Amino acid sequence: MTTRVPRHVAVVGAGPAGLAAADAALGAGARVTLIDSAEQPGGQYHRMLPDAYDAAHPERLQHGWHAFDRRRRRVLAHPHCTWLPETTVWALERPAPEETGPPRLHLLRGPADGAGRTRHTLDPDALLLAVGAHDRVLPFPGWELPGVFTAGAAQALAKGERVVVGDHVTVAGSGPFLLPVAAALLEAGSRVSAVLEANPPSTVARGWSRRPWELAAQAGKTGELAIYTSALLRHRVPYRTGRTVIEARGDGRVEEVVSARLRPDWSVVPGSEHTTAADALCVTHGFSPQLELPLAAGCALRTTAAGPFVDTDDDQRTSRPEVYAAGEITGIAGAPAARAEGAVAGWIAGGGDPAAPAVRRLRRSRDQGRAFAERLARAHPIGAAWPGWLRPETVICRCEETDYASLCRAACDPAGASPRVAKLATRAGLGPCQARVCGPTVAELHTRLSGDPADGLPVAGPHRRPIAQPIRLGELAAPPEPLPHHAPRTPPKKESSS
Amino acid sequence: MSPRRVPAGSDATGRRDRPLRITVDGEPADGIAGQSLAGVLLAAGRLAWRRGPSGAARGVFCGIGVCFDCLVTVNAERDVRACRRRAQDGDEVTTQSRHTDRNPPPTADGTPGTEER
Ligand SMILES: Cc1cc2nc3c(=O)[nH]c(=O)nc-3n(C[C@H](O)[C@H](O)[C@H](O)COP(=O)(O)OP(=O)(O)OC[C@H]3O[C@@H](n4cnc5c(N)ncnc54)[C@H](O)[C@@H]3O)c2cc1C
Ligand code: FES
Repeated sequence: MTTRVPRHVAVVGAGPAGLAAADAALGAGARVTLIDSAEQPGGQYHRMLPDAYDAAHPERLQHGWHAFDRRRRRVLAHPHCTWLPETTVWALERPAPEETGPPRLHLLRGPADGAGRTRHTLDPDALLLAVGAHDRVLPFPGWELPGVFTAGAAQALAKGERVVVGDHVTVAGSGPFLLPVAAALLEAGSRVSAVLEANPPSTVARGWSRRPWELAAQAGKTGELAIYTSALLRHRVPYRTGRTVIEARGDGRVEEVVSARLRPDWSVVPGSEHTTAADALCVTHGFSPQLELPLAAGCALRTTAAGPFVDTDDDQRTSRPEVYAAGEITGIAGAPAARAEGAVAGWIAGGGDPAAPAVRRLRRSRDQGRAFAERLARAHPIGAAWPGWLRPETVICRCEETDYASLCRAACDPAGASPRVAKLATRAGLGPCQARVCGPTVAELHTRLSGDPADGLPVAGPHRRPIAQPIRLGELAAPPEPLPHHAPRTPPKKESSS
Repeated sequence: MSPRRVPAGSDATGRRDRPLRITVDGEPADGIAGQSLAGVLLAAGRLAWRRGPSGAARGVFCGIGVCFDCLVTVNAERDVRACRRRAQDGDEVTTQSRHTDRNPPPTADGTPGTEER
């Protein structure tokens, strides 16, 4: 295994983490296949405008555009990099127990959910997962109404295609992400009535002001937040803490939102309700890592106060041989931390010297990013009393429209006390999204309602599903086709064929 | 009022629009090249296009392909996430209801679901 044949690293996800990883792996002399289901690199943070928009000033919507643009061009133009846009990894096939190395990748190339996509397989020397996160949204009465969006959706539409979700928007939930979303809406010409942070000033301040010297290392991130805050000030948008939206109302769509004051544990202060007209509501209570692929690869997770994440060592190795993880799937710490992790992971996966001075610097900045993640989790926790705003008829599972009352019934019925049985009885988590949205909430509510700590079901249960991305039966039946620039592979292993 | 596109004239990005037209249940909707189907639908004033099991209206929720609220039929291909699919000029979009989605659950009274508009 110590020949000078360059290693082949497959990087899944071209966000801040994946792009940095590809860059570092190429720098270490590896051959890289960079895969993303989107048409453009950038991920969530550097979501780009479509080429067809022919924008003269794409940089005006992006923080840190120039560094990103340089890296993007360097990576995509590199002779040892194959860039596979519009390509989804829909399954990972683990090697047989006696074999070493990473799992085989199963890819689908072509327009999202299209019937004519081509199937491919890939057997790299190392697999680097950088698939990111999505908004976590707690249920509340009316959250299924059209006009209620995740904060990420509003951000993606404004940044990625210049569509604003409404003209009278309330932004609510918890976390620093509320700020860029509000700023993006303002930039695009919406009126933002208020930004509501559910945690009280004491919690937020305690989280942010602990060990202030650590913050200096994240000057980029804090400076960025200051820019968003000044946008709110300029537009006279109130930023209220200790308040959240507890209900969205309207006839077939959002027309008004009810907010209320919260105690530090997120219990609602009675009589503090306030109703505001709104044509859109953007909500986020944090981010959930996309754990489908890491779990399909067999990676061990670590449980934190903010939920489960992929466990990695000091060099971003997961528990599986030749499988690395970077970015938001290892912890929610923002784009700079994702970049640092990606660079460490890419360098090591690409065969770079673990003792190189540059990688030591990167590890340090990665560690600062992790400290930042802990700070965020402490400043913006989800209060334990949040289910107080649920009503019996509140939808918990959006796909199946399972309401809170049926979950309660299932949890309290001795025959249905196991979450698995409850899931079948209520259908919660069995709809098209396969519990990506309600999974953590259903698990949490079930544990509380039945007083039974999840009955041996792993916390990450909802993510354990064989198919990470939907595939059509016709595509499944078609034989895989060879990928461009991947013809004969270096050492003896099967490639791109079945 | 409702979602809309930032007018090209006042867009700081200096974008140049190339118009396209799709149909939604036979009715025309105008968008610009590069938009997702969800973006076209939203900017054309449609906040919702799918129906949940109870018949309640749904549109975009997560915007990035996670929640499956935005599923549509495109040129006879079912279950396409509108937020992830780039619109092509001439796309024929048909709205779906949860009853006719993949793996339709049996309805309470055992009757097969019906396509709703
Ligand atoms: C909708 C949304 C908008 C956000 N906007 C901002 C923002 O404006 N500012 C901010 O500071 N933070 C934002 N965030 C937070 C964001 O998670 C981080 O800032 C940062 O982008 C994380 O970097 P990452 O590289 O870990 O993951 P991401 O940037 O999420 O990149 C992951 C990439 O993996 C790809 N991918 C996932 N699964 C597969 C698969 N199976 N096959 C192929 N490709 C796959 C995705 O398409 C994506 O491009 C946003 C998050 C979300 C969910
Ligand atoms: S809006 Fe969630 S999948 Fe399209």
